[in-house]
Amino acid sequence: MKKKFSIGKWLMYVALTVAALSFIYPFIWMIGASLAPLHEIGNMTLFPKNPTLGNFKSMFEKIPIGRSLFNSLFVAIMSTALVMLTGSMVGYALAKMKFRGRELIFFIIVFTMSLPFQITLIPNYITMVNLRWVDTFLALIVPFSVNAFAILMFRQAFQGLPQALIDAARMDGCNELQIVFKILWPNIKPTLVTIAILTFIGCWNEVLWPLIVIRDEKLMTMPQLVTLFSVGGRADSQLGVKIAAAVLLALPVMIAFLFLQKHFIQSMASTGLKD
Amino acid sequence: MKFIGVDNYTRLFHDRLFWTSVLNTLKFLLLHIPLQLVVALFLAVLLNQKLKAVSFFRASFFMPVIVSGVVVTILWQQLLGYDTGIINRGVTALGFSKVGWLVDPDIAIYSIAVMATWKNVGLYVILFLVGLQTVPTQYYEAAKLEGATRWQQFYHITLPMINPTVFMVVILSTIGGFSLFIEPYIMTGGGPLNKTLSGVLYIYKQAFQYYNMGYSATLGFFYASMIMLVVVIQKKVIEKEV
Repeated sequence: MKKKFSIGKWLMYVALTVAALSFIYPFIWMIGASLAPLHEIGNMTLFPKNPTLGNFKSMFEKIPIGRSLFNSLFVAIMSTALVMLTGSMVGYALAKMKFRGRELIFFIIVFTMSLPFQITLIPNYITMVNLRWVDTFLALIVPFSVNAFAILMFRQAFQGLPQALIDAARMDGCNELQIVFKILWPNIKPTLVTIAILTFIGCWNEVLWPLIVIRDEKLMTMPQLVTLFSVGGRADSQLGVKIAAAVLLALPVMIAFLFLQKHFIQSMASTGLKD
Repeated sequence: MKFIGVDNYTRLFHDRLFWTSVLNTLKFLLLHIPLQLVVALFLAVLLNQKLKAVSFFRASFFMPVIVSGVVVTILWQQLLGYDTGIINRGVTALGFSKVGWLVDPDIAIYSIAVMATWKNVGLYVILFLVGLQTVPTQYYEAAKLEGATRWQQFYHITLPMINPTVFMVVILSTIGGFSLFIEPYIMTGGGPLNKTLSGVLYIYKQAFQYYNMGYSATLGFFYASMIMLVVVIQKKVIEKEV
């Protein structure tokens, strides 16, 4: 009995290790290749023989990647902050305030979540054109500043808090905004972390929308710039630069993931676990 | 704005390229969904065996999920490369001839489906793992007493119990699959011979390469209605299974 058991376990470890390698290997190779001179990249070895920073150097010379890194950070931070603000205010109203039409508003918000984005893509673009927001950061931030999923998460989190907490705060003279941000926020930290991670990663990795509303290279987000560099033919002879750009795009998220692994996994899983 | 009635819809039904893009997307889903289900469930069952280093394995499966699709696509473009790609090296080492993973019109969309599975499967592993942990252990103990094999336990207890998760994974991969865009956009541009032109890529091209905004919006509306129809059918079929 004991022996059969251990062989089974051993096989499982082998299977898991093979799987883990297939997920990790490409990333390690990518980092190695970004540090390799062009003629070595084709060898597909993990560690370059003559490591060089040449790829990164020419990347910074050829495309405004530093600028796009700043743009991406700015857009993602702004959107995340706005989603936290709007989400908690709307979520609070839906959870704890009584007013006419509350259920209807809630229903409409849920309904928008079920619409595939392909429906709204072109109409949203035309709205951006009419507002003259094309080629501005507004087009990258405002459409993402209210998020139905975040509203639902906040509503649910606030519903779980006792009414007494709110009543006591009111007695102490807090207004509604103070109640939300000073009294309730400290009690829903896991929800805050989840929404912040999801919104930030979603914004950071978004590429279709920036491709549509931004044409000015100075305003491009990093995934967009890297995409255009990769398909535009500029990278054909510069595989190393392309891979270096991919490394720079992946690195911030990967580092954050290493530190906040549990939070990342829980947050991403919660998008599937709702309803 | 000029109202042109159903002209755009008449055009849509005669637009062969649009239907090609729909067919490509369906081919993509045909491989992507089953592969995603099987691999995710397999890895989740392994992770559920109370082994060591589970959090390491879980994290490694999850890595591609959080990284931008742009990065994954650039990476896989090299892995799937015809001459120097690591996969063709393996293929030739085993004595077969090289495969045109991204240049053969009959294969390219399936290569992209495998890549998309690699990117997303970590998320579904976690969802299955959560599902598996809700199955009460008494069920397995009772089954063991009755002499049920591991496979019987899996088929008669695990699968029915995690049916809601299966449903969720199917729906999420369907919706995700219908959104396929950046992978073909970077890797193939929709080629070879439009065989990797996805629905969203075609909608994008109509709007921003041919500047047919109105028609593109029509395509988007029709395409989204199709997605909802497919999801409703899936829901009916899966609910019937239980």
